[in-house]
Amino acid sequence: MYSEKVMDHFMKPRNVGEIPDADGVGTVGNPTCGDLMTMYIKVKDNTLTDVKFKTFGCGAAIATSSMTTELAKGKTIDEAMKITRAEVAENLGGLPPIKMHCSNLAADALHEAIKDYQKKKEKK
Amino acid sequence: MDNGAGMPLDSKIFEAMKPYFFEDYGNPSSSHSSGNRAKEALVGSREKVAQLVAAEKPQEIIFTSGGTESNNLAVKGAVYRNFKKGNHIITTSIEHISMINICKFLKKHGYDITYIPVNKYGIVDLEKLEEAITEKTILISVMYANGEIGTIQPIKEIGNLAQENNILFHVDAVAAAGKVPINVKEENIDLLSLSSNDLYGPKGVGALYIKKGTKIQPIIQGGGQENGLRSGTENIPGIVGMGMAAELAKVGMLSEVKRLTRLRDKLIKVVLETIDYSFLNGHPTQRLPNNANLRFSYIEGESLILGLDMYGIQISSGSACTSKTLEPSHVLLAIGLAHEEAHGSLVFTLGKQNFEEDMDYVTEMLPDVVKRLRALSPLTPKELLR
Repeated sequence: MYSEKVMDHFMKPRNVGEIPDADGVGTVGNPTCGDLMTMYIKVKDNTLTDVKFKTFGCGAAIATSSMTTELAKGKTIDEAMKITRAEVAENLGGLPPIKMHCSNLAADALHEAIKDYQKKKEKK
Repeated sequence: MDNGAGMPLDSKIFEAMKPYFFEDYGNPSSSHSSGNRAKEALVGSREKVAQLVAAEKPQEIIFTSGGTESNNLAVKGAVYRNFKKGNHIITTSIEHISMINICKFLKKHGYDITYIPVNKYGIVDLEKLEEAITEKTILISVMYANGEIGTIQPIKEIGNLAQENNILFHVDAVAAAGKVPINVKEENIDLLSLSSNDLYGPKGVGALYIKKGTKIQPIIQGGGQENGLRSGTENIPGIVGMGMAAELAKVGMLSEVKRLTRLRDKLIKVVLETIDYSFLNGHPTQRLPNNANLRFSYIEGESLILGLDMYGIQISSGSACTSKTLEPSHVLLAIGLAHEEAHGSLVFTLGKQNFEEDMDYVTEMLPDVVKRLRALSPLTPKELLR
């Protein structure tokens, strides 16, 4: 059902965990529908220096979270905001159609984390 | 350990079926010798299936294309035949999807359906069932046992209720047949659905027990095979396979019940002991000997399945993410679980190819998979990760 790449990211997810002093945190989904993910980002000079995640969900939800952190790390804020769900799925060698919507939320979580960072920065 | 979803065909059964493809390929309705041999095979299989459920006469068994067709024939056949008497059907909230969709269909066509709730173990509420009976009630349909949570219903009590009120009683026994002894007479069952592939027999064959004297209307019109109740040329190789599957199931049942119950209880005991925040869904003892439905907090079922698959362990889940509908199992919601709890449930259905060492292997691997997924989950309490 899943591509090799998805299984690789599911079995060995990259960048798992929380960042206690994160500059931005974004959460999407809810446990009721079976997927919940939180992204943590560290920002320096407008660049994402660290990205970590925690995810409750199916194999696709975990793999897309992991892939999103890999895609986002080292990118500028603007570049990271342009990462799309489709791009995440493509980098994983595709996802089953039924998973494209429900479990492919990681890009959204990343964008929420960036918005959270921007809001905090404005307040300063 | 996903026998509930598909079981291997017993090779002995395949050997018994083979001649009916090549040598005795005749049509049982024909009068030449090949047709006669097919007819004999049909009669023999009918007897064997009748014996599996302790039917009084082989003629009370008719063959269908499977459990789904048997349910359709039983329920539609019974209510169409009795439409003058009433239009009310009583069933439960945890029936198989085929029953649910038959009831939805009948509702559109003017029938009233009452779904009786179950308690937290999945056992149907007998008081509510009795209260639901009206003068218009023409059928009570309750599954013998639930294939997902394993709970076995108080069939005899429900059968008595139905009989006292002169209402037909249909039982979907697809998940239970061959796993536990069934006695249609003692349990006051009028109609009972069976499927061949749940007995290690071939797919595409099923049977319906129709108690002598019970009148139902056929839903397939044609040449009048199967006593006029199921037209269409009989699937002789399949029926021979089902007959043999029924015979093998009956012969081995007592020892297999004992063996599987021991394996099941070991699996449940060790998992609950070794994994924090793990729970058993369904009833601790009133359950199918081959079923263990376990729930793990903070993680999702499909990722558990994938994780276990990496170790060569195949199981299924009550999670939405493994289904076509993306809805969690209606059975788990009916026993009162929250959506996220239903998502974190696993169904182990053991079979004759499972042994003690399989239980040892699962109980050895499962804690690691659970631990790894919990470490990823934002829902896991910190103290559980130390």
